Amino acid sequence: MSIDNTASLSTEVAARQHWMSVLARADEDGLEQHLKAVGRPDYRHLRAPEIGLAMVRGRTGGTGNPFNLGETTLTRCVIELATGTRGFGYVQGRSRRHAELAAVFDALLQDNAGLQTTVIEPLHNEWLAARRAESCKAAATRVNFMTMVRGE
Amino acid sequence: MYVAVKGGEQAIDAAHQWLAERRRGPKETGELSVSQIRSQMRLAVDRVMTEGSLYDPELAALALKQASGDVVEAVFLVRAYRNTLPRFLYTCPLDTRTMTIQRRISAAYKDVPGGQVLGPTYDYTHRLLDFTLMANGDAPQGPEPATEPLEACPRVLEMLNREGLIEGPDGQTEQSPGNQDPEPGDITRDPLSYPADRSVRLQALARGDEGFLLALGYSTQRGYGRNHPFAGEIRYGQAAVEIAPEELGFPVVIGDIEITECDMINQFGGNQTEAPRFTRGYGLGFGQSERKVMAMALVDRALRARELGEELSTPAQDEEFVLSHCDNLDSSGFVSHLKLPHYVDFQSELVLLRQLRREFQQRSEQRSPSSGQVSSESKQESEA
Repeated sequence: MSIDNTASLSTEVAARQHWMSVLARADEDGLEQHLKAVGRPDYRHLRAPEIGLAMVRGRTGGTGNPFNLGETTLTRCVIELATGTRGFGYVQGRSRRHAELAAVFDALLQDNAGLQTTVIEPLHNEWLAARRAESCKAAATRVNFMTMVRGE
Repeated sequence: MYVAVKGGEQAIDAAHQWLAERRRGPKETGELSVSQIRSQMRLAVDRVMTEGSLYDPELAALALKQASGDVVEAVFLVRAYRNTLPRFLYTCPLDTRTMTIQRRISAAYKDVPGGQVLGPTYDYTHRLLDFTLMANGDAPQGPEPATEPLEACPRVLEMLNREGLIEGPDGQTEQSPGNQDPEPGDITRDPLSYPADRSVRLQALARGDEGFLLALGYSTQRGYGRNHPFAGEIRYGQAAVEIAPEELGFPVVIGDIEITECDMINQFGGNQTEAPRFTRGYGLGFGQSERKVMAMALVDRALRARELGEELSTPAQDEEFVLSHCDNLDSSGFVSHLKLPHYVDFQSELVLLRQLRREFQQRSEQRSPSSGQVSSESKQESEA
């Protein structure tokens, strides 16, 4: 990767990081429906979906030196569109189809930025809403301390 | 000498058929689905993931079903499955500061920014059997959600750290230069050796048996390695997992996993060169594994005794004792192997024992005229 224009490259990378995270967190059926809507493109596998492991690291005390906590399942896939654009999919878990869908959308999004509004934004909003709902439930279990004044 | 013995295939097949029948239970009762186990036995699933050292709730639920609920057997199944998969890479270290909080409590401060958030906890339940669960009821609704989500929950120990009242997360270990993370040890690649550094100890404790670590943690509280713990902070929620694949050249999120972490605050009296300050122990596990991570934090702190110049006198401070015995796959494997046929071993022990007894008999007979003297001699010996 050449770095001629760091600023635009980093925005490009940031945009791609964002949509890849949204695709990884989206549910498989949702992605399937979106693919139906945009039409299934022609593509071939450069790396067929493959299930493996990633060793998850934590940090001592949450912020210190890293240590190996334990593994997670991870599925990866690389595809190439007829246009030559390559898409990468990395998703936690063991769904080959999810990894493939993520890879296809990663490639499609590089060719067609418009999909950010039609696919990524709605999926991201769904995820944010679910997160918010969970957080509101957690907030309902927040303790409100009352000070008991002892009688004189 | 080993003598190969064959036989038992039919008996083993029959035993496994019976096991399968027992696992399923009577046909009249409904069969448990893996998704039911995953959602309704979630704390067992979390324990199997943590000690199986593999985050995959569906696999852990399947393992529990296959093992008829035997957690240690399920851990074995998960570890065995894990061995069939290639390891692609290591993730970036989890950033638990940005985790989505479902539970967060501190026993050290009442008023912490973000508040005390109880989440789905068994604490404060009455521990009375709830017979309504035996009836088929409707799915209960959770609490009425608050109108606003939680505020940010900054780490409690970072507040203490700012005041210099507590050591940094790595204790006496110097921060590596240039903010470069040191490469942690990995016991799945290199066998444990001693002394073990803290990264290796934490990895071993993270997959260690909850019961064993709980007992050791408890022993430190009861006086076997006192270090006066406070639960500085316990957090449970979801953390994003990021990987940085070489072919991409930048990190990407692959999803979120549930984790629980515990920061324990402990005493340290200081020494000639250092002022007294608090020290720390850390626990981290998959899923909602609060008891496990608290025990882990207690034992992590106990194992830092040498680093902190404390007297080494208790089991929880002995890293070889703790780390060599905390893995329930190792321990159950070695204990269980006693069930395997040892017919030849045992025969040789029998031969030896019979011979020793014969010799003992002969010696006694040789001295038999003065047997009274023998007994008085041995009495003198025992008194001496």
